[in-house]
Amino acid sequence: MSEAKFRGAHDLPPCSISVTHELTKTGNWRNSKPVFHKEKCIQCGICWKVCPNACIKLGEYPEWDMDYCKGCAVCAEECPKDAIEMEDERVMV
Amino acid sequence: MSTVKVITGNHAASFGARDSRAEVIAAYPITPQTQIVELLSEFCADGTLKAKFIKVESEHSAMAACIGASAAGVRAYTATSAHGLALMHEMLHWAANGRHPVVMANVNRAMGPPWSIWTDQNDSLAQRDTGWLQFYCESNQEVYDTTMIAFKACEQVLLPGMLVLDAFILSHTYEPVEMPDQELIDEFLPPFDPPYKMDLDDARAFGALTTPEWYMELRYLIQEAHEKALVTVREVEKEFGETFGRYYGTLELYRCDDAEEVILIAGSTASTAKDAVDIMRKGGRKIGLARIKLFRPFPNEEIRDIASRVNKMIVIDRNVSFGNQGIFFNEIKASLYSAKNRPPVYGFVAGLGGRDMKIDDITGIVEQADTCDIEEILWWGVKL
Repeated sequence: MSEAKFRGAHDLPPCSISVTHELTKTGNWRNSKPVFHKEKCIQCGICWKVCPNACIKLGEYPEWDMDYCKGCAVCAEECPKDAIEMEDERVMV
Repeated sequence: MSTVKVITGNHAASFGARDSRAEVIAAYPITPQTQIVELLSEFCADGTLKAKFIKVESEHSAMAACIGASAAGVRAYTATSAHGLALMHEMLHWAANGRHPVVMANVNRAMGPPWSIWTDQNDSLAQRDTGWLQFYCESNQEVYDTTMIAFKACEQVLLPGMLVLDAFILSHTYEPVEMPDQELIDEFLPPFDPPYKMDLDDARAFGALTTPEWYMELRYLIQEAHEKALVTVREVEKEFGETFGRYYGTLELYRCDDAEEVILIAGSTASTAKDAVDIMRKGGRKIGLARIKLFRPFPNEEIRDIASRVNKMIVIDRNVSFGNQGIFFNEIKASLYSAKNRPPVYGFVAGLGGRDMKIDDITGIVEQADTCDIEEILWWGVKL
């Protein structure tokens, strides 16, 4: 969604329904990212269900929208098969 | 065929929610509201109403459940009173700011301590700035009718609405209430169909974090929706009147055509005040009454219009904003400041904690306004 779509109040939906998070790409807040191990996945969909930012897309296997994934690790925590692992993304200077 | 039942104001609210086909009802009991949800739970249990009744552990949760239901695209209803409403406060903001048109009945009950179960308006007026529409009802029939008027108007502007009825004077008093044919009601109030709802096939975050760059625009949209709501409520009231033969309006005028002075009042005391107006008219006073039905959005233009035609306004508040004055008094004066014609406005605080407001009280207030100092904050009948 391009930011040019939003010029003023009337371009917005009536409330903050994800469209406003399209204005704020929360992915750049992330400290760690989910790493997916396909061989362990049993396609239960729990990760998709628990993602608080609705940024997991459920096809045959889950896919993360890294523009919005904040790295909260709820998916990794809830995965019953440990198919999701969090990897530190911080850059040390 | 319409039916007439002799019922309490509380049950008028329950039947109003039933006939509006509420789909989710979440509530917590509190006197004097309990009978509203008690009857609704019976309707849900016996299948009269196809709705999910959610029992919750507090009013805060009741409103949260209603917000969830509304976000999922269903018609949600609850009822509360006084301390229950106060406990909901956070969720009231959430409902309005999230643009969820939940409808709620609030039975006006005085806030404690001291513990009181009787009526005054401080509970609902304390929620003035939460973004809810507020409808003050005068009779049980109006409680029933306003439930569907509120649902229809609120769903059009995507704002929640609170209909308000006085504790005991309406909530526990029996009056005949006419209930129209369900088919006609369904035609008047079609199913709720919001532009956005929780949808598993199109998962979105609701209430997502919004930076200072866009927060203010979302608030502006709510202000715009309130301004639109003033027009919408009038249109819905008009359509309701044409369909069912009962019309209330946003500021109801009673014997105001040739009035030189006018009483402004909200709630069931307006009925008593109308009788007082009739008596004072017989005595030769050219007096009328303006009943504030809609408090939010506030009918500023109508207030200015009636002000331009009279020499004196007398506001009777069954509430008080401590440290200042009666809340309607305050709002009405704010409305008039930019008006060309500003008659003197006298404010009286009266009937707090359910103290009886009889005809003699109304005529007494009007007589006192003849001689009192306009700067005074007048507490009618207080023992000093």
